[in-house]
Amino acid sequence: MSPSHQNAHPPAIRVVARTGVRPNVFHGKPPAPVTTVPRHPIVGVVPKVALDAISLSYKTTSGERLLALDNISLEVKPGEFLCIVGPSGCGKSTLLHLIAGLQPQTSGKVLVDGTPVSGPGTDRILIFQELGLFPWLTVGGNVEFGMKMKNISKTEREERAQYYLRLVHLSKFGDSYIHQLSGGMRQRVALARALATEPDVLLMDEPFAALDAQTRDLLHDELERIWAETGRTIIFVTHNVREAVRLGDRVALLTFRPGRVKQEFSVNLARPRHMEQTDVARTARNILDCLRDEINKSLEEEYADEKAR
Amino acid sequence: MKKLARQVIFYSALIGVWTVLAKLRIWPPYLFPPPWGVGHALWDGFADHSFWIGIAVTMKRMLIGYSLSVALGMILGLAVSSNKFLEETLGGLLVSLQSLPSICWIPLAVLWFGLTEKAILFVVLMGSLLSVTIAMEDGRKQMPKIYGMAGRNLGASGFRLFWSVLLPASLPFIVNGMKQGWAFAWRSLIQAEMIFLSLGLGQLLMMGRDLSDMSQVMAVMILIIILGYMVDGLIFRTMERRLQEKYGLTPA
Repeated sequence: MSPSHQNAHPPAIRVVARTGVRPNVFHGKPPAPVTTVPRHPIVGVVPKVALDAISLSYKTTSGERLLALDNISLEVKPGEFLCIVGPSGCGKSTLLHLIAGLQPQTSGKVLVDGTPVSGPGTDRILIFQELGLFPWLTVGGNVEFGMKMKNISKTEREERAQYYLRLVHLSKFGDSYIHQLSGGMRQRVALARALATEPDVLLMDEPFAALDAQTRDLLHDELERIWAETGRTIIFVTHNVREAVRLGDRVALLTFRPGRVKQEFSVNLARPRHMEQTDVARTARNILDCLRDEINKSLEEEYADEKAR
Repeated sequence: MKKLARQVIFYSALIGVWTVLAKLRIWPPYLFPPPWGVGHALWDGFADHSFWIGIAVTMKRMLIGYSLSVALGMILGLAVSSNKFLEETLGGLLVSLQSLPSICWIPLAVLWFGLTEKAILFVVLMGSLLSVTIAMEDGRKQMPKIYGMAGRNLGASGFRLFWSVLLPASLPFIVNGMKQGWAFAWRSLIQAEMIFLSLGLGQLLMMGRDLSDMSQVMAVMILIIILGYMVDGLIFRTMERRLQEKYGLTPA
């Protein structure tokens, strides 16, 4: 499915968003509990992950240089849950690939605990949008994979795999193969596989985008619980602002092409939260107002592309 | 069950038509034998062990030639797919060579190796090596990139990345290459045996021709079909289907 197909009728989307939701939100209610974060370094704590003026450009097939990410600086505290939102094509997935060390940036630095990243490392595990679970291995084999690469003994591997499978409520499925599982279960295997290597930082690339609403809500609860239990730092990329507010301590908003940090919002809502909560919706609305310009820009560009064709 | 019933009806009808044509005696029986004539030839062939020996000799050659071409083809395919220079040079040559029917290698094989076992193996090798190589190369290219990335992400690199991720990830493509290689090797071998006259099923076929014994020719043809189908249709296709299911690749 191409993105242009998904967004075939942008005006309709805009109308619904403007007339359908907004009046309910601002109707004598107090201002939403969202504050714009001033963009200066966090004082006192060494950030778990720091992006220092990251830029990325590449050559397109027609030979022009395209700037995908422009001078991105972000800091993530240890144990923080940061969500990155932006329109499709803003380079949010690419940013995660850079942090994971799967791809080099053109300029700037990715620092983990103050040390520059030079390649993949099991301190940062990325959960891909397509998951990338290995179909030739069982669920248990998938969860053990990272530990096997670290040469951890078989007994310890099995023990730890069992622990993480229990954590994602899949302890009975260790011997199943990936193709035998539902979408939500695969998602949880990917989460268990990532957690089992015991990374400091969990990078998640729209992991729940392809799931139905019920499964997604359930996985939100589980992810929040596991995050609280394990104390990992999480960087979570999504195009769904409400999901970002549901999960994040902080939401960073990226602009459309080239990707820049437009604004950061800290979400001061009590946990556990729910997608349907009014204050979640209200906060998301505020961020969405900021995001709308960027979405329109991305849609306009796709429209222009279509006309040109 | 319905499928089986339909197949039984179809094959019975086929034999029925064959029987009627044979009974009508449009052609003399030595040119157009009835089904029971072919049945007799099959029975006699197995009874005097000539068919058993033929099958054994052919399968042995197949095993050697095919194993050789799979092993070499995998190495070649890997080399071509992982090196841009080789891909542009050797890769192009291999594709163009594949348009050459394997039987064209026979004169060369005879001149180089004489009428020997080696010459037959050479023809089999040339017949299937290229298709295995090309299938391997395609497989490496078609393999979803995500597996390599996920592997590196989880701490695999170098040989372990290749052995534990890239190789199993390309297994469906490898099996496809092995299947194609088998089909080509089988055809090449029978062709070569028909010309070299050194035991094997191909020779039994030619012997039938020389004796004007159409029953034997058809009996051997049936044997070749059954053996070929058993490996290709039953073993490889089942393996392929299972893998496709496991890997979530829906057959096109």
